[in-house]
Amino acid sequence: MVKAGQTFITGLTALALSLVFCFTSYAMPDVITMDQLADLYDGVVFDHETHTMMTEGCAVCHHHTLGGPVFNDYCAKCHDGSEEVATVACSDCHSKERITAGSMRLAELESPFHDDLPDLKGAYHLSCLGCHQEMGAPVGCTDCHSKTEAGNKYYNSGQFAPTGSQH
Amino acid sequence: MSKITRRRFLAGGVAGGAAIAMAPGKKVFAANLDGFPNGMGVLVDMTRCVGCRTCEAACNKEQNLPEPEKPFDDASVFDEGYHGHEQRRTTEGAYTVVNRYDVPGSEPVYRKIQCNHCNEPACLTSCFVNAYKKTPEGAVIYDDKVCVGCRNCMIACPFNIPAYSYSSAFNPIIKKCIFCYDTRLKQGHIPACVESCPQQVMVFGKRKDLLKIAHDRIRKHPGKYVDHVYGEHEVGGTSWLYLSSVPFEQAGFNVTLQKEPIINNVKDFLAIVPMVLAIWPALFTGFHLLATKGKKHGDDHSHDQQEGHES
Repeated sequence: MVKAGQTFITGLTALALSLVFCFTSYAMPDVITMDQLADLYDGVVFDHETHTMMTEGCAVCHHHTLGGPVFNDYCAKCHDGSEEVATVACSDCHSKERITAGSMRLAELESPFHDDLPDLKGAYHLSCLGCHQEMGAPVGCTDCHSKTEAGNKYYNSGQFAPTGSQH
Repeated sequence: MSKITRRRFLAGGVAGGAAIAMAPGKKVFAANLDGFPNGMGVLVDMTRCVGCRTCEAACNKEQNLPEPEKPFDDASVFDEGYHGHEQRRTTEGAYTVVNRYDVPGSEPVYRKIQCNHCNEPACLTSCFVNAYKKTPEGAVIYDDKVCVGCRNCMIACPFNIPAYSYSSAFNPIIKKCIFCYDTRLKQGHIPACVESCPQQVMVFGKRKDLLKIAHDRIRKHPGKYVDHVYGEHEVGGTSWLYLSSVPFEQAGFNVTLQKEPIINNVKDFLAIVPMVLAIWPALFTGFHLLATKGKKHGDDHSHDQQEGHES
């Protein structure tokens, strides 16, 4: 019983240490402005600090790139216990160009298991919105980023709303 | 005695003629085409769609379609529906629309519809002015200068996609998605709706690659998808393919469609028609001349009359 308790405490300490390690050993930005793709919507001012508090661990969003335990079973097959990689930004792996079946085939040649990697736009939305849906967080488009004038023109909304529309 | 011989001779002739007419028809048309080998397509993963309608806006801008009735960020369109139950469909002003399907015991499912660009399009087959064309790139396009507005293709399409410009009093024609053929596909570019999608619901690429990706996703995520790629075999295969987490019929798909192209239902028959029209008159005129050779005209005439009475 004592032994089990000891193991538990040791495990807990290790977990706490790893979390502290995760949060402190990097120059972790508190706020990230994601505006590389901003066009129809403004960039997202992402409260990185708050989100790190809410999630189980860095790997929820950063997969295996920060080293440490990996949450995604598919990634974990190869990367569980992997080293930290040089760059950790979304756009370092997820292309700004939209992916096609052709580009996916090329990616597959380089790394057979990275064959269905979403592009940057997809990665942002699938990851953020996917989690927001699960957690009951806001899911409206303008909850995260406000529409630009170009966006309103594109969506026929705001000042470009169709006449006769109630909006 | 001579009468029986002639009948036997004629019967043999008909059977032989039919055999000749059928044989090449089978050989040429029974081959199962898989469409153009490098034809492009789009894989739609409905598990990712959140119904933001950005693809509708993208299509509207790309194809210079008229201003919509409601803004493209207005989700109230999902509660519209015609005749109380039918979902929105494609119109002359919207070549693609997204509909919401409320699935019991699950989150609602959103399904984008547009032309599926069949490998062997029924619309093309039904068009008597040959306005339609299936391009090697995979698009089913049409020549609006040739279209006479007969609406046969609207009836032929198994997906109810071609729309009609009812608003035009003098030159109403068919309107439908052309896979952005003129502005993008021809140059190998990704279609506007695919490019716009924030959730990366759609992947553009060679149809054969998309099928592989689709089956890979089903295999890698057990339990997430229904083990079926809609469009792989339906009506002979379509360029646009769908993945779903709920049974396809619950998302409004027609799951009763045949695997064979629709044209196959009538191909054998249609192959015989020109043969019959071309060969039979000559063949039977020949028989007639042979059978009546050396006989007096008067005798033959009375004999024909007699036969007519018998039957």
